[in-house]
Amino acid sequence: MGFFDITSKIIKSIAYPSEMVPSIDDHEDDGEHHFDPVTEHESAKLGMWLFLATELLLFGGLFAAYAIYRAKYPEMFMEGSKSLDVVLGTVNTVILIFSSLTVAVAVKAIQENKIKLVKLMLWITIICAAIFAVNKYFEYTYKFSKGIFPGTDIFYSIYFASTAVHMLHVFIGMAVLGVILRKVYKGKYSKDNFTAIEIGGLYWHLVDLIWIYLFPLLYLVG
Amino acid sequence: MDNHGSYKSLINIWILLMFLTVITVWVAQFDFGALNVPIALIIASIKGGVVALHFMHLKHEDGLTWVFASYPLFLLFLLIAFTATDMFSRVLN
Repeated sequence: MGFFDITSKIIKSIAYPSEMVPSIDDHEDDGEHHFDPVTEHESAKLGMWLFLATELLLFGGLFAAYAIYRAKYPEMFMEGSKSLDVVLGTVNTVILIFSSLTVAVAVKAIQENKIKLVKLMLWITIICAAIFAVNKYFEYTYKFSKGIFPGTDIFYSIYFASTAVHMLHVFIGMAVLGVILRKVYKGKYSKDNFTAIEIGGLYWHLVDLIWIYLFPLLYLVG
Repeated sequence: MDNHGSYKSLINIWILLMFLTVITVWVAQFDFGALNVPIALIIASIKGGVVALHFMHLKHEDGLTWVFASYPLFLLFLLIAFTATDMFSRVLN
């Protein structure tokens, strides 16, 4: 592989990340496939689990900060936690768990070639993510209007840092699922080729999983 | 290719998660003192386990995937435990 090939591959991987996911029935680029389709599918999934491990440790730093400062300043965390909007937090939890269900249904549906159902489920997932983002926007602006900022105290530093990093993941998840949805419309996936949908789904479930922990730790334990 | 459960079982899992969310919020109004955080973490971990096992299909994955899925939990434990032992054994704070 020459310099030009490598450069164009890197640019392609940035512009079309999902195309870099090995597809099961893609014979366009000969010489790139060293494994049989099932092995490729399994390796792509394993690679995603490895990536999710690094994601968990990214949040791990924030969880460690939470554990230490909560133990040091319990009253501050009690006070801070009480000031958060439990109703909005609960609504967002319900939305995110529902979007996890729709992604799981999409992964199931593509294995039965139910393309219409896949499209519907991915649309619902992306809309749920957008509603989550809008709720977070209102939550943040309300806090700002009351003069609460990331630097107000350690509780709010951790609250804003962890929810903002999580929010970033929601946006990335929306982008990934959006690219996948576009390719579903182009008819790129079928029951023999759904690796991208499955590992995109794994990413989305992680976003849900992180929120399952953030919600009680920040909003409820007070 | 592996086939995971039916639509009905996915919806049942979702109903279970909704039920656990209700418990999460309901249990938060009681004050168990020092047990508040452990109780919240146990319920969250049950929910997280359900999501990982059923929505992420961990239930149907092989041993290697289980290793990949569980070793970061061990690393997370090390990260928090060693930071805590450092922070709480300092003479000057």
